[in-house]
Amino acid sequence: MSNKSKIDLETLKKLGKLSRIPIDEKGSNELMKDLNEIIGFIEQLNEVDTESVNPLSSVTGHNLPIREDVVDDGNKNNDVLENAPEKKSGYFVVPKVIE
Amino acid sequence: MSNLLQFSISEALSLLEKKEFSTKELVDTYINAIEKTKDLNMYLTTCFDQALEQAKISDQNYLNGSQRFLEGIPLGVKDMFCTKGIETTASSKILKKFIPTYESTVTQNLWNQGAINLGKLSCDEFAMGSSNETAAKGDVINPWNFEEKRTPGGSSGGSAAAVAAKAALAATGTDTGGSIRQPAAFCGVVGLKPTYGRCSRWGIVAFASSLDQAGPITRNVSDAALMLQVMCGYDPKDSTSSNKNVPNFYNDLGKSIKGIKIGIPEEYNSDGISSDILNAKDMTINFLKENGAEIIPVKLPLTKYSLPVYYIVAPAEASSNLARYDGVRYGARIGGNSLDEMYENTRNLGFGDEVKRRIMIGTYVLSSGYYDAYYLKAQKVRRLIKNEFTEIFKQVDYLVTPTTPTTAFKLGSTQDLLTMYLNDVFTVPASLAGIPGISIPIKLDNNKLPVGIQILGKDFDEQGLLNVANVIESCASFKDTPNGVAS
Repeated sequence: MSNKSKIDLETLKKLGKLSRIPIDEKGSNELMKDLNEIIGFIEQLNEVDTESVNPLSSVTGHNLPIREDVVDDGNKNNDVLENAPEKKSGYFVVPKVIE
Repeated sequence: MSNLLQFSISEALSLLEKKEFSTKELVDTYINAIEKTKDLNMYLTTCFDQALEQAKISDQNYLNGSQRFLEGIPLGVKDMFCTKGIETTASSKILKKFIPTYESTVTQNLWNQGAINLGKLSCDEFAMGSSNETAAKGDVINPWNFEEKRTPGGSSGGSAAAVAAKAALAATGTDTGGSIRQPAAFCGVVGLKPTYGRCSRWGIVAFASSLDQAGPITRNVSDAALMLQVMCGYDPKDSTSSNKNVPNFYNDLGKSIKGIKIGIPEEYNSDGISSDILNAKDMTINFLKENGAEIIPVKLPLTKYSLPVYYIVAPAEASSNLARYDGVRYGARIGGNSLDEMYENTRNLGFGDEVKRRIMIGTYVLSSGYYDAYYLKAQKVRRLIKNEFTEIFKQVDYLVTPTTPTTAFKLGSTQDLLTMYLNDVFTVPASLAGIPGISIPIKLDNNKLPVGIQILGKDFDEQGLLNVANVIESCASFKDTPNGVAS
């Protein structure tokens, strides 16, 4: 891959949209510079031959354990809502989503 | 009784048992020490009333002879561990006023054995950083040469500083790419990252789930053994938790290292590494030789690719884990006219710059069209790095390396991102491979700052690591204390 900037303003805005972090015009140049510096750094990996290597997603070496499908917990409604910034009648409250 | 702060965990336990002093006296002494070291900005929250209540129970247990394994030992807890009824923020504004309704498994294990919580310790925001400078509540000051305002390291900077400053007898930390070992080295204390799966991750604020691991930060190796023994163990609530037997780490300390093979990887020797650090490595090699270990130079050519792998895998997992901070379920909410606007306002003001950068990088490497080139590629190289360790451990029993390329730098002195990331160049490889590592202090450098040495071992061989560390510790006889210490 080339050394030219991977993340331009358009890509940055798309990333902001995807991650729900708004990009403010003022700081966007600085942020783009930082992100491109990191991308440039991680692209060193292209030097490594990974032909026929299986990706490693977990180092545990064991399969995820399976348990009986039985209820062993519950009745945590109040606990779950305890820290909600806004709640009503046992539900989380969010801004209106349908007109 | 003379200054109670001087005693290690094992000493304190034996003196408490002999009724030389009470748990209440010990806890009072630590509360006083925390007040005296306030300027170092280590604690985010304290829970002294609760600690004193617990001390009463501990004193009763000593009176009845029914004391538990860590009865009455006052600890600090990194703010990444959820503590029931006590604010847990991961040093982030977005979790301000979050009061968990549950306790993390690791801290619950400690309280079940009689340890006492003094409070929550600062760290980098969501454990993302190597200097504790990304903490929402400001810089933690390293107790060594504290007037020079140096970093304690990170991300478990508050934990390492508190143990060094004697504002906690020991502390918990978490390590994703070096966050226990690097601050331990910078603060002249012992930091142990166990094998991935040794300690349950349940109830720990998630950063990068395939790397995160809890471990102890302590004054010496035997305290690390005592803490680890209680912290680890199988937990059905963490699907990656290991059901391997937990040895009696403390009782089995002190075994001879005669005949064991120690590898010295030549790649752990970056540009700009200080001569004091290289000298500490040579001293360590001599200690090991004097004790009958065989020293073998080895090669780990993929070492230099560990950081690039880490800066793909960790942000990718973080971008996914941190999607939960949406202003709906917990923490801060900044309102908006629509749901999306509320999410964006909340995340924009709630997250700091480093966290935002990592979420963006993670989102980029996982996004359509880039997934194979970055994320999958990194996972493949991670496999090769793991294999390289597996092969090397067929030739040697342990590896010895410097923990960090430098000693503690001045706060605010590292502006460049990649220079900051390079702090973890010697600690990240073990995190990627999931193997255990420990950092122990060896000496002071020219600036009177501690230098740490790292020992790495095979999966689940924490016992062996502790034994080797124990030998090095007694040879190094590191007895210096920082000037920013409570007394």
